[in-house]
Amino acid sequence: MALLEVKDLKQHFTLKKGFLGDKKVVKAVDGVSFYINEGETLGIVGESGCGKSSLGRSILRLIEPTSGEIKYKGKSITELKGKQLKDLRKEMQIVFQDPYASLNPRSTVKAILEAPLLVHGMTNKKERMEVIESLIDKIGLRKEQLNQYPHEFSGGQRQRIGIARALTLKPKLIVADEPVSALDVSVQSQVLNLMSDLQGEFGLSYIFISHDLSVVQHISDRVAVMYLGRIVELADVDELYNNPQHPYTQALLSAVPVPDPKQKRERIILQGDIPSPINQPTGCPFHTRCPVATPECKTEVPKLQEKTFGHWTACIHV
Amino acid sequence: MLRRFFASPLTVIGFVFVLVLLVLALFSPQIATHDPLEVNITNKLQPPSDEHIFGTDEVGRDIFSRIVYGSRISLKIGLLVVLISFPIGTILGAIAGYFGGVVDQVIMRMTDIFLSFPGIILAMSIAAALGPSIENVLLALAVVWWPWYTRIVRSSVLSIKSSEFIEASRAIGANPFRILFKDILPNSIAPASIQASLDLGFVILAAAGLSFIGLGAQPPSPEWGAMLSSSREILREAWWAATFPGLAILFTVLGFNLLGDGLRDVLDPKQR
Amino acid sequence: MDALRYIAKRLVLMIPILIGISMLTFFISHTIPGDPARLILGPKADAEVLEELREKMGLNDPIYVQYGRYMAGLVQGDFGDSTYSQKPVSEDLKRYFPATLELTMFSMVITVLIGIPFGIISANKKDKIADQLTRFMALIGVAMPAFWLGIILLLFFYLQIGVLPGSGRLDTWVSPPTHITGMYTIDALLTGNWEVFRSALMHLILPGVTQAAVTIGMITRMTRSSMLEVLRSDYIRTAYAKGGSQNRVLYGHALQNGMMPILTLLGMTFGHALGGSVLVESVFSWPGLGKYAVNAITYLDFPAVMGVTILIAVLFIMVNLIIDIFYQVIDPRLKYD
Repeated sequence: MALLEVKDLKQHFTLKKGFLGDKKVVKAVDGVSFYINEGETLGIVGESGCGKSSLGRSILRLIEPTSGEIKYKGKSITELKGKQLKDLRKEMQIVFQDPYASLNPRSTVKAILEAPLLVHGMTNKKERMEVIESLIDKIGLRKEQLNQYPHEFSGGQRQRIGIARALTLKPKLIVADEPVSALDVSVQSQVLNLMSDLQGEFGLSYIFISHDLSVVQHISDRVAVMYLGRIVELADVDELYNNPQHPYTQALLSAVPVPDPKQKRERIILQGDIPSPINQPTGCPFHTRCPVATPECKTEVPKLQEKTFGHWTACIHV
Repeated sequence: MLRRFFASPLTVIGFVFVLVLLVLALFSPQIATHDPLEVNITNKLQPPSDEHIFGTDEVGRDIFSRIVYGSRISLKIGLLVVLISFPIGTILGAIAGYFGGVVDQVIMRMTDIFLSFPGIILAMSIAAALGPSIENVLLALAVVWWPWYTRIVRSSVLSIKSSEFIEASRAIGANPFRILFKDILPNSIAPASIQASLDLGFVILAAAGLSFIGLGAQPPSPEWGAMLSSSREILREAWWAATFPGLAILFTVLGFNLLGDGLRDVLDPKQR
Repeated sequence: MDALRYIAKRLVLMIPILIGISMLTFFISHTIPGDPARLILGPKADAEVLEELREKMGLNDPIYVQYGRYMAGLVQGDFGDSTYSQKPVSEDLKRYFPATLELTMFSMVITVLIGIPFGIISANKKDKIADQLTRFMALIGVAMPAFWLGIILLLFFYLQIGVLPGSGRLDTWVSPPTHITGMYTIDALLTGNWEVFRSALMHLILPGVTQAAVTIGMITRMTRSSMLEVLRSDYIRTAYAKGGSQNRVLYGHALQNGMMPILTLLGMTFGHALGGSVLVESVFSWPGLGKYAVNAITYLDFPAVMGVTILIAVLFIMVNLIIDIFYQVIDPRLKYD
């Protein structure tokens, strides 16, 4: 059984416009389905604005999904409230993009790491300190640094504190929302390696959200590509990077620099900008920019289908 | 932080003014040279001298001693009004900003009503309705003052609310009140507290103004505004009776202003 | 079209605020002990007569009925009768208001003429001696009890030197000009009556300067910080880099953009000046709304107090509305949200 199953998840936001309230709907996530196994890392890539962050937040119930179902260990969590929702927090956590904004500037590291334990009723101070001290050891901070404030740390250190906070409750699943994109390249790999190590040690599953294809390739087992709130392609990492099927994935990958200068790859340049999620194109959301679009693409919404074994694509031309 | 605070000479001046005010209020009996209420008709309208350094008023009371005792009244009003309105305003602002929706609408429309016209006028009509006394002026000022803090706190809460560290707190399952009091308020209270320190001076100024038009402290209270009010009758004969209470108010307001500006420079360097 | 809709929307939004203000003042002034009927008739009045007057004034009705009656009158411009002067409050307001308006406008003119240039100079010479001095003066202005400054000015210019009059709106031997706006200086100008104009202007100087002292401080500070922000921006540096002259950049580019927040503050300052008029008018025996209000307070004349409060609230809201609309006109980026 998969650890987490997401079925036809939709996350729509209503924008109020005008005095009389003619409403506009932003379809940030528009019918996304996937699963993730225990100990697995699922990468989610896409350009900014494709809805990948909303997806992460609605899985965690930080924002309320508009419709669809999320099952954790076979049980639906979409309707959980109160105590049960709070218990779910122990199972799933999040690591944020901006290590400067994700830590309360007026709390010490100790207070930041202690908060989850306090909230979940660990009243024994000694127990709390044991948890905290073992965690900061793992992320490479010293005990004396516990009483310092976030601004006294570097970006990489802060992000590691953010990871430690996510781990205090010993969750099974962590949604990492662009966890390294705010960091210097030199620091990125340190944090990625730390995440890999912790994954082995705690048996974690990651949903790893990023716009950076090489980072996703480095850490993921499987990768989903998102465009305008939908998954357009999903496959094992090697399969997806070596044999991309969807024209959007092909275009994205063609833009990634290749280390081998002899290897020639044709760069596919997409025309136009990503359409606004308020006025989504009809039919295939990608048809406005697609190099192989045909008239049918304007009317027919392609379904995500398993075209070859374990390789899912949403395109009528594949 | 302290060194930065005292780096500006103006801040130091403000600090000294406020300190002097505190000392005057705390040690009034020791500092005053006379009984502030003691009438001595034969000694009336004396110009400043060694015996009466600020002179005497129309019934021979020592103006210096009256000003010294008056500092107690002013400081008490300033502190109480801020101590009442600041927590009320702050909590309402935090609730409005954090919960949004209908609660926000109701609270903000309430502040609109209060802020939509000059506070002194509203305070005046409230104090007038309650009847002239210093306690009623205090109450009236507290009633008109809280919306300022609500506005300030709400806007800083709004800017902090969407921070990732607030989401992080929600992700660990913290309840809204924990988030409000542990995460949001500590980060949004700085601008409001700067305002509060400035307001100590402005409250004292407003209270003196209301006493001046006969709404606050009543004679023979040595309240500075009331003293100024009665000095008008003897303006021609005794310039000192009008001059010194006014200077006391000026220095007090100036002191809290400079102190507040100093605080702002330390806590919120962007504002400069 | 959009502009009209915006104005209409803003006017509609004024209604709840005005209802709120009237309720606030009405309920406070009516739940407090104190019997207007007794005040009119004096302490020795007969119980029966007293009861009769109470009934006639509607004081025996439940408070919400009294409020409803008051509001019903208010929408027709009827503020009730002053319990002191026995005349309709609206008539009193009409008589006292022009004096306050004249004083406030005069002080605002001084404020703008002095405050804005000093704010610009201060920003342009940031941290130089001129800036330090201006900032210090502005601070003094803000911290100054206006009613005290008034007394000191009175002491000096009226009692000591005697160059300026110290109370009222006109010299005793001058009769008021023909009533057009009710503002003596303007009416005198319109009728070409120079003697009256001179007298009215002389009388305006002390209260006007007194009132302006505080608002000059506020405007100077705001202009300075607003200009500093603009001067720091890239397009100003570009303008200098292109070789634009100091004055051209300062007054051509910077002031245009720095004006926006200053305008908003002018609206708030206007409210401050209106509020301050209560104290200043009381110092200079200026027969305006402030003086009227203070009198009303002394005689527990609540219809009058409420009338002044509501009138000032309406004025203040209107001024800010006009400024907001003006804003929309001069800043093409703003949409009517």
